[in-house]
Amino acid sequence: MSTKAVSLFDREILLKAIADSFRKLHPRHQLKNPVMFVTLVGAILTFFQLFTSKEPFGYVLQIALWLLFTVLFANFAEAVAEGRGKAQARALRDSRRQLVAHRRRKDGSFEQVDATDLRKGDVVRVIAGEQIPGDGDVVEGAASVDESAITGESAPVIREAGGDRCAVTGGTRVLSDQLLIRITADPGEGFLDHMISLVEGATRQKTPNEIALTILLSALTFIFLLVIITLKPYGVYAGVGFSITALIALLVCLIPTTIGGLLSAIGIAGMDRLLQRNVLAMSGRAVEAAGDIDVLLLDKTGTITLGNRMATEFVPAPGVALPRLADAAQLASLADETPEGRSIVVLAKEEFNLRGRDLAAPHVQFVPFTAQTRMSGVDLAAIDGQPARSIRKGAAENVRAWVENQGGQYPSAVAGAVDAIAREGGTPLVVAEDREVLGVVFLKDVVKGGIKERFGQLRAMGIRTVMITGDNPLTAAAIAAESGVDDYLAQATPEMKLRRIREEQSAGHLVAMTGDGTNDAPALAQADVGVAMNTGTQAAKEAGNMVDLDSNPTKLLDIVEIGKQLLITRGALTTFSIANDVAKYFAIIPAMLVGVFPAIAPLNIMRLASPLSAILSAVIFNALIIIALIPLALRGVAFRPIGAAAMLRRNLFIYGFGGILIPFIGIKLIDVLINAVHLV
Amino acid sequence: MNNLNSWTQLALFVGALLLITKPLGLHLVQVLDAQGRTWLDRVVRPLERATYRVCGIDSEREQGWQDYTISMLLFSLAGMLLTYFILRYQDLLPFQSLFNPQKLPGVNPHLAFNTAASFTTNTNWQFYGGESTLSYFSQMVGLTLHNFTSAATGIAIAAALVRGIARHTAQTIGNFWVDVVRITYYVLAPICLVFALVLVSQGMIQNFKPYTVAKTLEPYTTSVQKTDDAGKPVATADGKPVMVDQVVDTQTIVQGPMASQIAIKMLGTNGGGYVNANAAHPFENPTPLSNFLQMLSIFAIPSALTWYLGRTVKNQRHGWAVWGAMFILFLTGVLVAWQSEAAGNPIHQTLGVAAADGNMEGKEVRFGIFSSALFATVTTDASCGAVNAMHDSFTPLGGLVPMFNMQTGEVIFGGVGAGLYGMLVFVVLAVFIAGLMVGRTPEYLGKKIEAYDVKLVMIVLMVLSTTILSFTAWAAVADWGKAALNNSGPHGFSEILYAFSSCVGNNGSAFAGLSGNEMHWDTTTGLAMLIGRFLMIVPILALAGNLAGKKLIPASAGTFQCEGFTFVALLIGTVLLVGALTFLPALAMGPVVEHYLMHAGTLF
Repeated sequence: MSTKAVSLFDREILLKAIADSFRKLHPRHQLKNPVMFVTLVGAILTFFQLFTSKEPFGYVLQIALWLLFTVLFANFAEAVAEGRGKAQARALRDSRRQLVAHRRRKDGSFEQVDATDLRKGDVVRVIAGEQIPGDGDVVEGAASVDESAITGESAPVIREAGGDRCAVTGGTRVLSDQLLIRITADPGEGFLDHMISLVEGATRQKTPNEIALTILLSALTFIFLLVIITLKPYGVYAGVGFSITALIALLVCLIPTTIGGLLSAIGIAGMDRLLQRNVLAMSGRAVEAAGDIDVLLLDKTGTITLGNRMATEFVPAPGVALPRLADAAQLASLADETPEGRSIVVLAKEEFNLRGRDLAAPHVQFVPFTAQTRMSGVDLAAIDGQPARSIRKGAAENVRAWVENQGGQYPSAVAGAVDAIAREGGTPLVVAEDREVLGVVFLKDVVKGGIKERFGQLRAMGIRTVMITGDNPLTAAAIAAESGVDDYLAQATPEMKLRRIREEQSAGHLVAMTGDGTNDAPALAQADVGVAMNTGTQAAKEAGNMVDLDSNPTKLLDIVEIGKQLLITRGALTTFSIANDVAKYFAIIPAMLVGVFPAIAPLNIMRLASPLSAILSAVIFNALIIIALIPLALRGVAFRPIGAAAMLRRNLFIYGFGGILIPFIGIKLIDVLINAVHLV
Repeated sequence: MNNLNSWTQLALFVGALLLITKPLGLHLVQVLDAQGRTWLDRVVRPLERATYRVCGIDSEREQGWQDYTISMLLFSLAGMLLTYFILRYQDLLPFQSLFNPQKLPGVNPHLAFNTAASFTTNTNWQFYGGESTLSYFSQMVGLTLHNFTSAATGIAIAAALVRGIARHTAQTIGNFWVDVVRITYYVLAPICLVFALVLVSQGMIQNFKPYTVAKTLEPYTTSVQKTDDAGKPVATADGKPVMVDQVVDTQTIVQGPMASQIAIKMLGTNGGGYVNANAAHPFENPTPLSNFLQMLSIFAIPSALTWYLGRTVKNQRHGWAVWGAMFILFLTGVLVAWQSEAAGNPIHQTLGVAAADGNMEGKEVRFGIFSSALFATVTTDASCGAVNAMHDSFTPLGGLVPMFNMQTGEVIFGGVGAGLYGMLVFVVLAVFIAGLMVGRTPEYLGKKIEAYDVKLVMIVLMVLSTTILSFTAWAAVADWGKAALNNSGPHGFSEILYAFSSCVGNNGSAFAGLSGNEMHWDTTTGLAMLIGRFLMIVPILALAGNLAGKKLIPASAGTFQCEGFTFVALLIGTVLLVGALTFLPALAMGPVVEHYLMHAGTLF
């Protein structure tokens, strides 16, 4: 799967877009965009002028054609954006075409069906070498899965029943073992299908901000329509017979065709850019909201730190032998598949040559980690003269509570060791056996390079970062200080996350977060932008409004930038479009009046050659500027992580002041050109 | 323009304006808070309480925007009907000898409608000569009442909008009745009391005497149209008027309660003159000092309201930014008008007339070019409409400035209250367009600007431009429209355009060449005034209600800044590009064409 952008000038897309530009002339499509609809009607009326107007035939024809081009160029912009989005999505969709599924019958046997016939709730079997036919949850088995088709990441990942790693995506390939998968989405409702519909102009829903902008543009169009209609009676008063062609030309030049023509392309291109970064959005609204985010809740692991904390040291409690601590820690970690758990097993093996033991023994009962107990461990029933043992490892205060509940003592030396480790930014894991605290395991956390600078940029943009971690407050503070994050939430449970989001929101903030576990689902649903990791559970994916196929929590920062870029591009082109009107007035108004009032000639400050060439030049400029701005609309205005004040100053200068200036130059150049080749 | 005296006057005016902005603004903050304390409490508070008791106003209860709007509309409707009937039947009311010593007859229906609409909407457009049409009672009660209430209504609505901006997750935007009572009692009445006395000290009259008839020192003979016994003009068979000589040796000098009306006419940006000549009349504007104070009083409350805005939204720099945008637009207007008038009319100059003085036509010699240009700019910026010179006689570009000022929507300081709420509409629009460019959904002082807000803002702008343009178009081609014109060609067109710009903008000044008081003109301008006032206020109050209900987004480095030079430039750009640019074609057909034609040697 390519993660690269489709080229801006891909031949195939352009050819298709040209054909689509004509198809989109259909009134039903045009009615959605009042600005372009008025332009189209203007073009048609001008064609009728060919038969009634006393003006030169060639001139009226050229005006009519350029007005038509204006509409076509706008259609073309939208078609190119769609084409690129579809190409991007098609590459993803191709990956799961013509899949064959083995669906389980009621009697337990399997039948071979087409993947498109699968329905929600079906259970399918996928064995090594086969592709997974649809999105779903693993209900039985564990296997390594190649998800490179979706994520571009070549290393296979483990998918297994239960827990947070049960979700699989259609189109990925099982490399080893076999899985039973319950399909969770009907075909056509998968994330990908949803995303494809978002880049298709026909079915796309306008986002709230687009709706507001459309109201503005429609109202301006209405006002200018009235300006033009009233010009006719003013002309009657003054004895100037304004030609219909000139009035329509002025109208189309004044209404905001530039932004009106590019608005939908900008929106679609925003979705494209997300797709290029392998993020699927559930709605355009979510992308827009991403720009407004001012609080980011970031999971420490994987985003701020390199991910896996590694056990590096055993610190025994007073009077406890080091090997005993290592042994107990290893026992408690054998069933712990987290990287931390595995690193404890490895450390014990390396330092004390302790080997794994018989896990299947009936007297061994593993106690899994839960977010509530924040401990995991093992219970060993009494057997072979050995007494029953209960070993726990976990967060200091939970283990302390557990020990003290049984009447045990929590040695102050252990508390000291816990604090020391936490102060160094490590994670202390206290190990206890029954009533006795054995010691502490030092899990070390490594902060990602460059993350501090990134947070600095976010701060400059007015975005506050909050680190979410299960660590104790001391550890969290140390890592927060090292990484430069603004705030942290230590010893976070899913409930605390949810509460924190609600607090931030009630203070008026807009919150984004990433999550993968099922217990993240409520928080993902509550957040304004919830990005679910593709590796996460189906529940998490359904709760969020975006899915990151790469499962890279740092992606949240990109998503915010894309959202901002989308809004900036819209604002910049609106400003540009409105500012353009000044020059167009100066081109057309003198041209319309100079016939009756020759004295007004000095108002033609661009010194355009003749009234006809002035009007034609303005119309041509108005059409060509749409084409010229397509690349900007599709790529988006460059985003810089500077404060709002600096950004406003910069963009206002470029698109506001530039918007006033550029058409003066452009119209003059076109006028020189069309007079040189005698078009009028 | 290298006239030290004029520059000094300008500097004094700006300095004085700056000086009063904060103290008056602070006073407004206290008055517009229903629980606020002012230094007038000891005297006025009992009166205020008594008013509430008599009128049955629950001063503790605030209103939502719908209630506020309904109260405002009912109040305005009642006032308009009252004035309509006073004017219609001014000759039948009691105490005629005191209140109507000139025995003026009742006003005809369409003029009464026009005048009632005019004063209710704070426009004070006058299709009549006050001294020859209205009794003292009509002036003092029928009109002066509105000078207070329409001004108080404007300020109340501005306050309601500012509260909507400042509050969050709130249901109410204040109590209309309390606002109107407090503004009248604590701001308008006390200031006018003092101001009227100051004006009297300058020589302005205040009495109930009948008009004085004086023998002129130098009788002269003039040619007038002969009238028959019924007062109809006599014409010859071919339609030419029959002229007779008449010796003029007496002069009727106006009398009456002038100072009391002039104080509120200026302070409340009403502008309706006591006499037809308005502030050009020596009684209405006796001295240079009275001229200066009248100009200052026009801008006083609009300027102070920007300070009120800053204080109320807890961002004084925002208040000053709005003030700054208004000020730059004002200053530009003054300089252009002054320059155009000082340059004068090239045709006059080639004829050797008044070459050095610039264009003195239609100006009082005692005020001169600069004071006339400054007054014209102030009065049209602020939707006051009082005049001390005839705008109709300005050079084309000098006359373009007042017209342009009104077409911005009267937001350059603007009418009391109306200027602020009009400018805030542009602020919201500027924030919406440019706010996107910082990469967030546009926010105005912590409130998201969404589709509904944009809709309301655009309704206001559409009402403004379409009403002016459409009525102008109608009048320009209709016989009734052209019949009222004093001048032909582009200048005649300017007269029509000016009239409707003035009425929709609730300004009230006129290009004096237009002779109205005819059914069509009375009705169309009356409607234009009502539309320009109420079709703008209702969406603005809806905006206030909607903003008040929104959540507040805390500010951060990513927040759009509504202050500083960038914002001022943005706001000016929005007023010019989105607001005024709409009128460019119309202006091109009027003053712009006229300007070029004048330089080519053609007059109208």
